[in-house]
Amino acid sequence: MADISPAPLTTSDGRPLKAALASAQARAKWRAFLLVVPLLLFIVLTFLVPIGYMLQRSFQHDGFSANVPALAAWFDANPGVTEPDEAAYKALVTDLAQMQVDKTPGQAGTRINYTVPGTISLFKGAARKAAEMQPPYKDALLADSAQWGEPKLWAAMREAASPYTTDFYRVATDRKRAADGGWERGSDQERIYIFLFVKTFLLSGAVTVICLLLAFPIAHLLATLPMSKSSLLMILVLLPFWTSLLVRTSSWIAILQEQGVINDLLVWMHVLGEDGRVRMVYNQTGTVIVMTHILLPFMVLPLYSVMRTIPPSYARAARSLGATSWTTFRRVYLPQTLPGIAAGSLLVFILAVGYYITPALVGGADGQLISNMIQFHMAKSNWSLAAALAAMLLVAVMVLYWLYDRLIGIDRLKLG
Amino acid sequence: MAQPSPNDAFVAFEHVQKSYDGVSLVVKDLNLQIGKGEFLTMLGPSGSGKTTCLMMLAGFETATSGEIRLDGRPINQVPPHKRGIGMVFQNYALFPHMTVGENLAFPLEVRGMSKSDRETKVKRALDMVQMYSFINRRPAQLSGGQQQRIALARALVFDPALVLMDEPLGALDKQLREHMQFEIKHLHENLGITVVYVTHDQGEALTMSDRVAVFNDGRIQQLAPPSDLYERPENSFVAQFIGENNKLPGTVEEIGGGRCTVRLATGEVIDATPVNVTTKGARTLVSIRPERVEFKPEMMPAGAHTIDAEVMEFIYMGDLFRTRLKVAGSEDFVIKSRNTLGQRVLRAGEKIKIGWAPQDARALDPM
Repeated sequence: MADISPAPLTTSDGRPLKAALASAQARAKWRAFLLVVPLLLFIVLTFLVPIGYMLQRSFQHDGFSANVPALAAWFDANPGVTEPDEAAYKALVTDLAQMQVDKTPGQAGTRINYTVPGTISLFKGAARKAAEMQPPYKDALLADSAQWGEPKLWAAMREAASPYTTDFYRVATDRKRAADGGWERGSDQERIYIFLFVKTFLLSGAVTVICLLLAFPIAHLLATLPMSKSSLLMILVLLPFWTSLLVRTSSWIAILQEQGVINDLLVWMHVLGEDGRVRMVYNQTGTVIVMTHILLPFMVLPLYSVMRTIPPSYARAARSLGATSWTTFRRVYLPQTLPGIAAGSLLVFILAVGYYITPALVGGADGQLISNMIQFHMAKSNWSLAAALAAMLLVAVMVLYWLYDRLIGIDRLKLG
Repeated sequence: MAQPSPNDAFVAFEHVQKSYDGVSLVVKDLNLQIGKGEFLTMLGPSGSGKTTCLMMLAGFETATSGEIRLDGRPINQVPPHKRGIGMVFQNYALFPHMTVGENLAFPLEVRGMSKSDRETKVKRALDMVQMYSFINRRPAQLSGGQQQRIALARALVFDPALVLMDEPLGALDKQLREHMQFEIKHLHENLGITVVYVTHDQGEALTMSDRVAVFNDGRIQQLAPPSDLYERPENSFVAQFIGENNKLPGTVEEIGGGRCTVRLATGEVIDATPVNVTTKGARTLVSIRPERVEFKPEMMPAGAHTIDAEVMEFIYMGDLFRTRLKVAGSEDFVIKSRNTLGQRVLRAGEKIKIGWAPQDARALDPM
């Protein structure tokens, strides 16, 4: 049979059907678009732009590069040279003198300080004297501080002479610049971020699993109880949503602390001795307990919305076909709740991974998560490192979304 | 089919009562015996207790009091999965995450049957409903009628002696429903299984069943073969519920010898068969099927009382003519005549006389 492709359809006055349809709908589309423009602008300005700006910060920092035009020119002219010559020192002194005029040696020093600690004062001190320095500049600078001759410092300056850098990602992954410019692992006491990432993911995983175990029966009850009882239960589930996060977290402190309600009760019942009070807050235990409580509704609601759509006749059919109640649950009910389990777990896990206030308040020393570290660097104005850590977190969450989409399909996500 | 006695009945309900709230009874004193191989339909309006009875038999509801026996064994305490009863649900309840083949293999799998046995049985059951080529499809890829066939095959695949069907054809369109009625009926005949079928569709009940139990208000109003139910309703509810009926209220004028005459409120006298009336002067409701009313003088049964009627409306329905009459002051008396060659067509305003054989008019309890 010959393959005849049909001629494009046209309207009665001869216009192509597609064009006619598009112009007929153009007005409605424009109106719809205009309606969402305010929201679109709001999201772009308050969400996308700041995030993009922060992400840019993670690989771009011009604190040094903007202030060393002469040195940067020398680095460009002498690629791969590790031993600086007199011309290099001359360029450096010229730049330092200009920094003193511009009052920017602190900026440049801060950038180098991220990879070679203790260099802010080095830059400030040398900049003060730069104007009076006489050739040979190498000797003059080395006289100021022997640090100026260190290959490590020059490697750091060569890297920082370009505004684009991977330095912050190196720090965020506990790597540091090796003498040859490659990456190497930091010593054990320097390796904090990878450990913190792993801990964040493990604790979030634990919170997710506990939430799932607690939420499953509640969601099932919600879905199967008669309307009057289930709406009461629903209010109980949603009640935490209507209470301030700070209030909830603080009440947990009151309940869990060593002089708190639970310990007092256990001591009163002689389960514990007066000196045997259990420490349940300001540590990992506290973080897990409180985060589980706060994130529980995010697990209950997706589960409930899926379970509500499963008619009881499936379970009845399975039972009538000879399945025990356990087999019915495992083979018939559970598989049908999978979209809810996946949605709830994804939601809780992603929220937990980025949770900040709760671990900050009840985490103590060992209950801190990566988000607390990001906040720490924000406060210390090392925004670039904070941005690098945040970007890694963002990528990890994106990977999770991608995995979810591959395994379950994002269109099956049901959030209520 | 011979009525099973309580002792050799395959399924027996004895004084079964069911209450959900402890205040009112949904099922009031149910006594019902179902014979082996019988096709019994529970028919009734919604809320009449028929589905509750089915659920008690399946084991999803427990009887508040009374006993249910299956094959002589009390099953009140037996959990549903040990009853070995096949069940077809109104929405089919095919497991959406399993293929057709997996759905059918499920009851065999939970019984620990070997893989090769399972395959043989699944194939046999699917062949039975002509659906073997769909074995790898998922339920969502099937039409309503196809899903219904699979649900039927799944309920039969483990060879249950008793199959319950809860309004299984309710979601299908009329043509498919009628087709499936015959298919279910043939399966029942070929397999020799016992079927308890719940429906609110009287046509379905009449065409498929050996016996029909008409439920209302938690009680069986009448338990009889379809022809008895239609032609000899035992009370006004059954007469109204099954098919179309004309009702004429009046008082018994004369009674005796299985015949009676009834005087209507407007003074006319009509013939009837006493069913729920025993004494002269008792109030009664006479019910007559529209197709048993005669209006041609030459066809009138000998000695029949006739009464005057005025044609209000004539409706052409294809195979039938439906004529609405004004009889004894009421304007909703309907007669039906077949569209045969030379059938007389009545016109609005025409005055005629109507009558019927006494056995076609039944004097029932006043409603």
